Amino acid sequence: MFTRPENLSMYAKETMRQVYQIGIGSVLIIAIVSTFVGAVTAVQFSYQLLDIGLIPMWWMGIIVRDSLILEMAPTICALLLAGKVGSNIASELGSMRVTEQIDALEIMGVNTTAYLIGPKILGGLIIVPFLIIMAVGLGIIGGGIAGVLGDFFSTADYVRGLQDGHEAFYIVIMLIKCYVFAFIITSVACYQGFYVKGGALEIGNASTRAVVNSSIVIIIANFLIAFLLL
Amino acid sequence: MIEVRNIKKCFGDQDILRGISTQFQKGKCNLIIGSSGAGKTVFLKCLVGLFNPEDGEILYDNRPIGSMGVKEKKKLRNEMGMLFQGNALFDSLTVEQNVRFPLDMFSEMSLEEKTERVNFCLSRVNLANANDKYPGEISGGMMKRVGIARAIVMNPKYLFCDEPNSGLDPKTALVIDDLIKEITVEYNITTVINTHDMNSVMGIGDKVTFLHQGYKHWEGSKEQVMEETENKELYEFIFASDFLKKLREAALQNK
Repeated sequence: MFTRPENLSMYAKETMRQVYQIGIGSVLIIAIVSTFVGAVTAVQFSYQLLDIGLIPMWWMGIIVRDSLILEMAPTICALLLAGKVGSNIASELGSMRVTEQIDALEIMGVNTTAYLIGPKILGGLIIVPFLIIMAVGLGIIGGGIAGVLGDFFSTADYVRGLQDGHEAFYIVIMLIKCYVFAFIITSVACYQGFYVKGGALEIGNASTRAVVNSSIVIIIANFLIAFLLL
Repeated sequence: MIEVRNIKKCFGDQDILRGISTQFQKGKCNLIIGSSGAGKTVFLKCLVGLFNPEDGEILYDNRPIGSMGVKEKKKLRNEMGMLFQGNALFDSLTVEQNVRFPLDMFSEMSLEEKTERVNFCLSRVNLANANDKYPGEISGGMMKRVGIARAIVMNPKYLFCDEPNSGLDPKTALVIDDLIKEITVEYNITTVINTHDMNSVMGIGDKVTFLHQGYKHWEGSKEQVMEETENKELYEFIFASDFLKKLREAALQNK
């Protein structure tokens, strides 16, 4: 895989195509899901904490912000992307394999692993962190809207919470998760798709394996990162 | 010229190729025939280097592919063109982009020169005005032509065709055969074709190699095929249909 590219501009073009396909193609679903995850986090915590009554409601800003940064946005987005992008990559490569398109590239003299897998992994590493950062932002907005509309806290309280006690290290942890998850999603899917043997049924199986395996690895990696860094 | 020396290939404990030696000449259409499971596709994939044979040697103009380094193999592959059974066109690229792909990847040409070369190759396979269409929007015969155009765009020395007539009607199959023959002679290419199609054997088979159960069972020209009676397996394969049997009898009577 690690050989000098035949033509750098073709690799760059393919990487940009992957960035577009993974990134732009996933913006809508990430935006919808993250907004509602933020909203439900705010509503759920507010409801529970109102019952206790010992915690000031402006803490909701801190809780929603930190839970989104540390856990909700990276993990939920990664699982969503494992389903959407992972199955897409595995079925694309699988169908290229069974229709001999990969053989055609080999015959031309193209390094197929580098050309087909490299840009997908690189594309994922470039765009997934942006998607997760966007998810954090939209989740925070969603949490604020839901909390204010549900009369759990005021906008001023929520903003006060968001500005209070910010830990820069949480952002570092989030970014580490972004890159690790992006690598897992793309590499597991590429492996499952690239080595497909057989026909349409095997493409479907490879696609399913890509989603299931990458989801399991993401959950385990998520625990290990939290366990080691927090 | 491609020289094959005693190549053997097995998958697990199943022997697919059991020591095949032959030569494929320049400027000629060399046909490999045999029933399904005879080892034709594995043989072709060994020739182009997609499979590594367990034993034996394949020499491209006296250059053994088995002992080549990555760079040499890459250089050799730039001298190869291949037409696949299922065409293997890239779905996400237009006809023009498909044909241009090898040029984009390997050549130093300017965009104008590439476009000129692509248009030349597409017109050579009689496929004009389809540049902007996607593979899913064109017919099987047109896809074969695009596959041929892509295979010849880099001016290959060696052309490999895996069942070029599969899925085509007899008339279109003849057109594709004629096209491959013309290109082979015109550019003095060493062409190797895997086929089941007896029309191809009779039409363009400068040299015919019959594989049976992993062995080279017979070798000769298309004229010799018609006269062959000694080789039972070849006879049964070639003259499987009554039509061809009667055709053969008529040809022999006319002699």
